[in-house]
Amino acid sequence: MSLRTRRILWAYAFILIPLLFFIVIRAYPTLFAFNISLHDWNPLRTGDQPFIGIDNFARFLKDIADPNHVTRKAFENTAKYVLLGVPIQLALSLSIALLLNTIKRWVTLFRVIYFIPFVTSAVAVAWVWRSLYMPDFGAINLLLDAFHIPSQRFLLDINQSLPSVTAVVVWQGLGFAVIIFLAGLQQIPEVYYEAARVDGANRLQVFRGITIPLLNSSIVYLAVLQTIGFLRMFAEVLNLSRQGDGGPINSTTTVVLRVYREGFGSFNMGYAATLTVILFAIILVITIVQLRFLQRRFDY
Amino acid sequence: MAQLIQPRPMTRGRQIDLPQILAYALLTLGAVTMVVPFFWMISTSMKTVSEILKPQFFPSAPTLENYVTVMTRTLFPTWYFNSLLAATASTLSVAFFDSLVGYVFAKFEFPLKKVFFVLVLMTLMVPTEMLVIPWYIMAVGVKLQDSLLGIVFPGLVTATGVFLMRQSFFAVPDELIDAARIDGMHEFGIFTTIAWPLVKSAVAAVCIFNFLGNWNAFIWPLIVTSKRATMTLPIGLSFFSGEAGSDWHLIMTGATIATVPLLIVFLFFQRQIIKGIALTGIKA
Amino acid sequence: MRKTLKSLTFGAAAMALVLSACSGAAPAPTAAPAAPAKPVATTAPAPITIEYWQYNFASRIEAMNELIKQFEAENPGIKVVHNSEIPYDNFIDKVAASAPAGVGPDVVTLFNGWVPSWVNAGYLVPLPEKDFPPADLEKNFSAMILGTKFQGKYWTVPTAVRALALFWNKDHFKAAGLDPEKPPATLDEFVDYAKKLTIKDGDKITQQGFAVEMTGQAHQWFREVLSRQYGASPFTPDNKTLGYGDAKSCQAFKWLLAFETDYKTGSNDLFDGATTAFQNGKESMHIDGSFRLGALASKPDLKWGVAPLPTKDGIKANFGSFWTHGITKKGGSDPKRLEAATKFLKFITTPAAGLAWVKKTGELPAQLAAAADPDLAKDAKYGAFAKQLSYSYATFFVDEAKQRKNLIDAFDAVRLQKADPCVALADAVKKDQALYDEFWAKNK
Repeated sequence: MSLRTRRILWAYAFILIPLLFFIVIRAYPTLFAFNISLHDWNPLRTGDQPFIGIDNFARFLKDIADPNHVTRKAFENTAKYVLLGVPIQLALSLSIALLLNTIKRWVTLFRVIYFIPFVTSAVAVAWVWRSLYMPDFGAINLLLDAFHIPSQRFLLDINQSLPSVTAVVVWQGLGFAVIIFLAGLQQIPEVYYEAARVDGANRLQVFRGITIPLLNSSIVYLAVLQTIGFLRMFAEVLNLSRQGDGGPINSTTTVVLRVYREGFGSFNMGYAATLTVILFAIILVITIVQLRFLQRRFDY
Repeated sequence: MAQLIQPRPMTRGRQIDLPQILAYALLTLGAVTMVVPFFWMISTSMKTVSEILKPQFFPSAPTLENYVTVMTRTLFPTWYFNSLLAATASTLSVAFFDSLVGYVFAKFEFPLKKVFFVLVLMTLMVPTEMLVIPWYIMAVGVKLQDSLLGIVFPGLVTATGVFLMRQSFFAVPDELIDAARIDGMHEFGIFTTIAWPLVKSAVAAVCIFNFLGNWNAFIWPLIVTSKRATMTLPIGLSFFSGEAGSDWHLIMTGATIATVPLLIVFLFFQRQIIKGIALTGIKA
Repeated sequence: MRKTLKSLTFGAAAMALVLSACSGAAPAPTAAPAAPAKPVATTAPAPITIEYWQYNFASRIEAMNELIKQFEAENPGIKVVHNSEIPYDNFIDKVAASAPAGVGPDVVTLFNGWVPSWVNAGYLVPLPEKDFPPADLEKNFSAMILGTKFQGKYWTVPTAVRALALFWNKDHFKAAGLDPEKPPATLDEFVDYAKKLTIKDGDKITQQGFAVEMTGQAHQWFREVLSRQYGASPFTPDNKTLGYGDAKSCQAFKWLLAFETDYKTGSNDLFDGATTAFQNGKESMHIDGSFRLGALASKPDLKWGVAPLPTKDGIKANFGSFWTHGITKKGGSDPKRLEAATKFLKFITTPAAGLAWVKKTGELPAQLAAAADPDLAKDAKYGAFAKQLSYSYATFFVDEAKQRKNLIDAFDAVRLQKADPCVALADAVKKDQALYDEFWAKNK
């Protein structure tokens, strides 16, 4: 056996088990999910699962056309979470990173503090915030009361519930984005700023002309990551809403919560799988579009 | 030379630098927002039941009784153990397999290498949510529900880890590996004794993130466990809180128990964790 | 190196397990998950083990453990394994998952409203008629069980039943100048009392006269009680057509809404929900089930009483519900097993078992002989419930969770979005009706 063949055999031996893993635990279930979406799949059924073609997708189109349907609400809300959460998250974390970049002492301390929520479980965070948001005895209303602002119902109010949930998710994810931005900022060579100052550029011009374009890769990375994160929102809503149902009146429910309820509450796994296939398609399209769009805009 | 033309504003001497002060003030405000919820959590966990529905931030007589109650009368110790076991098991597996695969993709040439690598990367595009239903049906088929293996199997090898390890192994000089080969060392030995020690910090980063991710994992453990005794910490906490009704002192105690030990670990490793995140962020 | 080896062996072992496990499932994605395991035929003298499941609820676990102990002492050939590990939220799901795999319970406890869908899913076998003659069931048990008759058969039988009642805070009554021993008897009085008992500090309610807890029992109260009292018939006798969305029901719905939208006597949003509010002396009157007696007993500072639900124009009604026991497909899979399961089921549903159950759980015996027990009727707490059993209706739910949510959403649409009450209600009942139509289309 030649040395080359030996090495090839070694390589195959090394990756055999992990490769099988990827095929059996990742690739195959992906195809399986597509297959399930074409069936009236009920895990309780003992016989064969009937093949129903694209009926589940037809049902999806019907549900999404009905403005009061919970599935429609789930998609609407998920879009709102993305549109509200991602810009706020980016703006806040970039501001914090810029501030951290200007101060000289305690940078590490601040960084650690901002990062703490990120390492905490979403379930614990949700329950703590649920308690903070309570209308009568929650810390936030205690604070408002001190300023003589009337008590707010937050999660229990139909108009405040979705922003309240968004706030929790933004709060938890902020630290991560700050770290990424800070790393990006520290990679911008000092000479660029000096050159700009020589040219007499003001702070805003420096920010728009140097900081933003050179942070391009960080911005794209975070925008994609956070968009996907908001699209996949689940644990927060399940634990923040009173009945775990994305209420009041479906105002906070999300696509993944629908998947969970349909698949594991109503045993409608065919339809639940259909929803995940659609979610997958949306994530794919948004990722590609966002990468193109943001890169073109800031490509120098 | 630029510094000579226009020195950057500094807090030199007694000079008051307004932007600096403003920056500190804003950052402090933000930092308070970050930690107050945790203080509220701990403060509520030390209240007595009669103080829960009273508008006050601090307990009048802090008590640890709630901790005794939660630790002795609920399954928190079991959930803790389950989480620890699941996170450790998957992290050990990831530490070994992700680096092994990353090493092979970085340092070996073999037929179909590109195909395999693309296959691994493509799995990154598929969200977990799409896989939980197939996983569940598979797990039921082989009776893996309510078992450790059932909880950990989806995360025994990760595409992200493979990708990161591959990048790290690129930095290992080929000469070192070739030298070991000439010395007659077999390939597995080269991997474990020559290559692996050189990428220790990357392995550490992958391990830490994997541990964190598994410790906090929610949707899959929620689906695959049904009995209280087999749940992991986040699932147990979620059910416990749902059933505790308005016993916020106990819910917050549970949340504290679930959170604080991990926070201490984080503070201990904060430098590596933050460095690791910055690293992965820039690379990706 | 040691570490590496360790992790290697561990990882390899785990991986091998996963692979062997998953590849088993892999080749046949469209096939049924697994064939039901055939129970091993037991030789005649060998003892038989049956499995009993209920969801995790401390007092019921304790009560059942005691009954099982007695049963096993009387029937040495039968061993009962009691699984009460599963939380309420997971219960249906997990029973469901166990059924096709053939590993679940032989005897299972389920909510009465689930019977039709469980029968539908093929979990339950009918009660053996020679052991549970339908005529005897109808004669001996509370009329509530009629609602679980499905496809002309009885599938389950309960140990105990629950009903709703009015709880009131005696101290609040005293402070408001009301007789602390005389709770309101009619709906009009109830409104009047609620207003008198509400205390406000500016706009802020500091003591709620009454708060409508739609997420708790209020939707049941509305559906089976208030709508009837306002002259509607919520269900046709065949349970196919729903009547709680009509104009008369809307009057009842408006009556309920007014506490929050007009009189402002309280809200379920405040004080962490009405049940918590009542338990902490923040709500004066509360509508809840008999199962709340236990929790209230642990509040020694609270002086409370319990009375039958208020009436209207002399019309009395109540909502009954119960956890009932059925034999699963697995339990009926061979004659020996079925015999043991039947024996156990009979044992846990006797009048004596019902009486033993009351003390532990606060639920009332399902057998009329036990429910009519004179000591029970005289009891200050259980009496209020026992008196109402004869006019309690158990709802024939086809999807209890969805029907509850539809009414909660209708109530919220009015109070939070200013929707028209009758439109919101009609809309909710239309959604319910669609569930029933779908259900009956499948179960002709």
